[in-house]
Amino acid sequence: MTVDHDLEGQIAEWRAYIHRRRELHHTDAEELEDHLRSRIAELTEAGLRADEAFLIAVKRMGGLDELSREFAREHSERLWKQLVLPREPDAPSAARSRRELPVMVLCAAVAALAIKVPSWFGLDLASGDHAGFYARNISLFALPALAAYFAWQRRVGPRVVGALALLFVLGAVAANAYPLADDTQTMVLTAIHLPIALWLVVGVAYTGGDWRSDRRRMDFIRFTGEWLIYFVLIGLGGGVLTGFTVGAFAAIGVDAEGFIQSWLLPCGAMAAVIVSAWLVEAKQSVIENMAPVLTRVFTPLFTATLLAFLVAVVWTTNGIDVERDALILFDLLLVIVLGMLLYAISARDLTARPGLFDRLQLALIVSALIIDVLVLAAITGRITEWGFSPNKTAALGENLVLLANLAWSAWLYLGFVRGRMPFARLERWQTRYVIVYAAWAWVVVLAFPPLFGFA
Amino acid sequence: MHITKDLVAASATPLVLGILAEGESYGYAILKQVNDLSGGQLEWTDGLLYPLLHRLERLGHVESTWATPAGGRRRKYYRITDQGRAELAEQRRQWAAVVDALRGVWSTTQSIKPITAPAWGAGL
Repeated sequence: MTVDHDLEGQIAEWRAYIHRRRELHHTDAEELEDHLRSRIAELTEAGLRADEAFLIAVKRMGGLDELSREFAREHSERLWKQLVLPREPDAPSAARSRRELPVMVLCAAVAALAIKVPSWFGLDLASGDHAGFYARNISLFALPALAAYFAWQRRVGPRVVGALALLFVLGAVAANAYPLADDTQTMVLTAIHLPIALWLVVGVAYTGGDWRSDRRRMDFIRFTGEWLIYFVLIGLGGGVLTGFTVGAFAAIGVDAEGFIQSWLLPCGAMAAVIVSAWLVEAKQSVIENMAPVLTRVFTPLFTATLLAFLVAVVWTTNGIDVERDALILFDLLLVIVLGMLLYAISARDLTARPGLFDRLQLALIVSALIIDVLVLAAITGRITEWGFSPNKTAALGENLVLLANLAWSAWLYLGFVRGRMPFARLERWQTRYVIVYAAWAWVVVLAFPPLFGFA
Repeated sequence: MHITKDLVAASATPLVLGILAEGESYGYAILKQVNDLSGGQLEWTDGLLYPLLHRLERLGHVESTWATPAGGRRRKYYRITDQGRAELAEQRRQWAAVVDALRGVWSTTQSIKPITAPAWGAGL
């Protein structure tokens, strides 16, 4: 009895070992186990003890590496993680996950139709006369549907739903109640900042109302990076579709451009917002996250570029000329550096020891800091010369927000690289700081237009 | 006697198809039959039979079913298809040509002692 028991234990261990191989599926393991048991039975009948028989049977089965290689050669598709649309129903939530796809399609359809609603009231999208209206409101078409999708999926309570609705209404009021002319700076600032503010509102829905949790916030940061990548990829595919549509219909003498401009592009873009989000969610445990991979590739390159830039500034003794475009460029650069920091953090094993990549990251942050200080000096010079305009104030505020973040990040990172601080503090700092972005974006949207007389 | 890996690999497909042509079977039984047919000369690594069976299944030469014999474990049985039989016939023609050529070589080349190769014979 104990012999049998031992044997079962050994076979169970062997099975667990097999299951760890991705190349070997469950049925393969079952087939191999049947073989192993047949072999053991034969050997024990021939007079061997059970444990001896087990050893010989395992040995004759062949090395697991070789076996995996042969299975991989035959089943190479298994090495690619594929998106399987209907997941295997295994949990009580199966009914819900079956409804996931229809609900996603519904949300995408709502988002796609939402952008067509204003045109029924005479605000034509394609004509270009109402470009300002669409620029201000662009985030109000798809993001409420996205928030609704997450609210449904996460089963958030009525209080959170109420708060979400309130924030979206607030955004809609801010975008449309102020008398913002199309060519004013405050209009452009609203068009840029309202999507950021509302995206973070989506974040509240994404976390299922648990937006105070650092871990959930980090999940939302990860989601944002992956979402952006999927969105760009879908955009590329959409470009191919558009080109093909135009060409194919032109070949039979039908002009499809009107349809593309007023239907395919706007509705497709809005639906893509939802579809990307759904893809990220569906694939999050299935494929490697791309944002951290891109971060790994580009961190050394950006570090080299920033250092080269600093050397060039010192060498040529040229100050940074803060023209309007240059200002936006440097703001974007700092955003990119921050993004790379965030996505390096997001994929990091929090318990791992500091390595070369961490030093590189620190160099990146420090060089970005120095550049930020140079840019700040230049902006301050311009403001004292010309006074506060909405654009310059916004640029100044953004720089201060980023400076504070990067300076404290550099300090925490230095502490970590020198082994004095756990990495988790850096992560916590970044997730806590998200609230500052939200606050700043809402300030720009709500307070700037009246503050600057809707200029 | 040790038979080289290449020969084992080359003879594996006709062997398996030939055994399955006799009737439905499963992995372990196929392996035992190979062993019996070759008088223990052909040594396969047990596990590697299965990727081969899966390949034959993908190519359509065999088909498989899971069945549970009375009082036994769930087991995967393989059965040869018509396409598999055609493939077996084709392989048989090819091997016959190879064996004929080799026989010619053995009889004309006096310096080589004629050795019968049971492994190849078993496959035919």
